Amino acid sequence: MLDALARLGRIGIGILGHIGRGHLLLLSILGGIPALFRRPRLLVDQIYAVGVLSMLIIAVSGTFVGMVLGLQGYYILSQFGAEQTLGVMVAASLVRELGPVVAALLFAGRAGSALTAEIGLMGATEQLSGLEMMAVNPVKRILAPRFLAGLISMPLLAAIFSALGVMGGYFVGVGLLGVDDGAFWSQMQAKIDLHEDVYNGVIKSLVFGLVCTWIALFQGYYATPTSEGVSRATTRTVVHSSLAVLGLDFILTALMFGD
Amino acid sequence: MTSVSKPLVKVRNLHFSRGDKVIFEGVDLDIQRGWITAIMGPSGTGKTTLLKLIGGQLRPDSGTIEVDGMDVHRLGTRDLYQLRKRMGMLFQSGALLTDISVFDNVAYPLREHTGLPETMIHKLVLLKLEAVGLRGARDLMPGALSGGMARRVALARAMALDPMMIMYDEPFTGQDPISLGVLVKLIGSLNDASRLTSIVVSHDVGETAQIADYIYVISRGKVVDQGMPEQMMTSDAPWTRQFMKGLPDGPAPFHYPAAELEKDLMGH
Ligand SMILES: Nc1ncnc2c1ncn2[C@@H]1O[C@H](COP(=O)(O)OP(=O)(O)OP(=O)(O)O)[C@@H](O)[C@H]1O
Ligand SMILES: [Mg+2]
Repeated sequence: MLDALARLGRIGIGILGHIGRGHLLLLSILGGIPALFRRPRLLVDQIYAVGVLSMLIIAVSGTFVGMVLGLQGYYILSQFGAEQTLGVMVAASLVRELGPVVAALLFAGRAGSALTAEIGLMGATEQLSGLEMMAVNPVKRILAPRFLAGLISMPLLAAIFSALGVMGGYFVGVGLLGVDDGAFWSQMQAKIDLHEDVYNGVIKSLVFGLVCTWIALFQGYYATPTSEGVSRATTRTVVHSSLAVLGLDFILTALMFGD
Repeated sequence: MTSVSKPLVKVRNLHFSRGDKVIFEGVDLDIQRGWITAIMGPSGTGKTTLLKLIGGQLRPDSGTIEVDGMDVHRLGTRDLYQLRKRMGMLFQSGALLTDISVFDNVAYPLREHTGLPETMIHKLVLLKLEAVGLRGARDLMPGALSGGMARRVALARAMALDPMMIMYDEPFTGQDPISLGVLVKLIGSLNDASRLTSIVVSHDVGETAQIADYIYVISRGKVVDQGMPEQMMTSDAPWTRQFMKGLPDGPAPFHYPAAELEKDLMGH
C-alpha cells in the first residue's frame, strides 16, 4: 500500500519535473528567437526542412480529404435537396476543423518525428556537447530556428491543406456530381466568415504548430542518448503531439464556437 | 616549461556521482599554465567526466573548479560561454557536426565567434587542416571519415579560435603510428609555440610520457599518484607501477565491480 503510494508519488514528481523542464526549455528557446532576425539564413533553412518538405504529403492528403468531403456531403445534402450548399459544407469543415487538425497530425508524423530524431541523435553523438564547448548555445543555435520554423510553417501548411481540400471538393461536387458551379462558390463566399471561420482556423493551427514543435524539440533534447532512447523519443513525439492536438482542438472549438 | 606560477585550473575537493555510482570523491589537482598535464587512469574512472566538469557541462556535487581564477560553476551562462571561447575541447568521439563538411566544421567556431571575412576564414581553416594533415579532406562529410581522421578534424576545430587551453580526450586512440607521431609532435609544438595549456587524457603511457610535463593518475575517484614523467616511470607506488607497465594484477582493477565469476556463472 505504502509502496504503491510512494510509486504514485514518484510518477507524479517525474511528470511535474518533466513539465517544469519543458517550460524552462521553451523559455530559453524563446530567448533565442530575437537573434534569428540577425541571421535569417538559419531560419530559412529550417523552414525549408520543416515546412517545404512537408508540403507534398499535406497537399496530397488535403486533396483527398476534400474529395471525400465532397462525395459524402453531396449524398447527405442531396437527400434534403440542399446540394447547392455543398461548397459551404466543404469549406467550413476544412477551414474550421480538418485543415488545422489533420495538417497538424501529419506535421507531427512528418516533421515532428524528424526533428526529434535529428536532435536526439545530435545529443547521442555528442554534437550538442561539442557545440556547448565551442561556446555555442545549442538551444539558441539549433532549437530556436527549428521552433520558429514550425510556428511559421504550420498555419501555412494548414492553409494549403484547406485550399486544396476545397479544390478537391469542387472537383468531385461540381465536376463529377453536377452541383452548380456558381452556387458552389457564391454560397461559400456568403457563408464563410473571415473572423468566425478563417481567423479561428489560423489561431488553431498556430497553437498546434507551437505544441507539436515544442514537444518534438523537448523529446529530442532530453532523449536518452542511445539508439533505443532516440527511437522511443520519436515515438513519444508522434503520440504526445497527436493526443495534444486532438485534446486542444476540443478545448479551442468549445471556446471559439461554444456560444 | 615555466616555473610554477598560479595554476590555470584548480580542482579542489571534487565530489561527483552519477546516480548511486560515485565517480569522484575528493579530487584535488592543479593544471599549471603553459604545461601539458596528462590525466591517466583505467577506463571508466571518469576522465571524460572530469573534462566535462572543467568545461562546466556537468555540475559537481561538492568542491570547486577554478579556471583562470573563475569558479566555473558559479558563472552565469554568459560568462561561462565567454570562458568556453578560451577553452578548446577535443571530444573522444570527435563530436563533429555531421550535416556540414569538414571545412565548415573547422570554420564553425570562427564564423560563430569572429567577424572575420570569409577569405580570412578560408585561409585559417586551411592552415588548421594542414596542421593535422587533412587539408585534402576538406570537402568530405564527417560520415566519410575514419574515427582517427574525425578526431584530427576535431583537433583542428578545437584549435580554430586559438584558445588558452585545450583539453584532449584520448587524442591518440585509433591513430596509425605515422599520424600518432605527428599528433604527439603537434600537441607538443602547439603548446610551446602558442603558450597554450594542455590537458591530455590518455591511456597511452608511452606517448603521453613523451610530451607531458606532469602526470596525474586517477583511479576509483581519487588521485592515486602524481609527478613528472621521469618520476612516474620509476615510481614505486603500486598503482603507478601497474599502470605504467600495463600489468593486469595490482591495485587497479581490470574488471568492472561484479560478483565472483563462479557465483555469476552458476546462477544464484
Ligand atoms: N551519461 C551517463 N550516465 C550514467 N553514467 C555514466 C554516464 N557517462 C558515464 N557514466 C559512468 O561514469 C563513469 C566514468 O565515465 P567516463 O566516460 O568519464 O570514463 P573515462 O575515464 O573517460 O573512461 P574511458 O577511458 O573508457 O573513456 C563510468 O563508470 C560510466 O559508467
Ligand atoms: Mg573517456
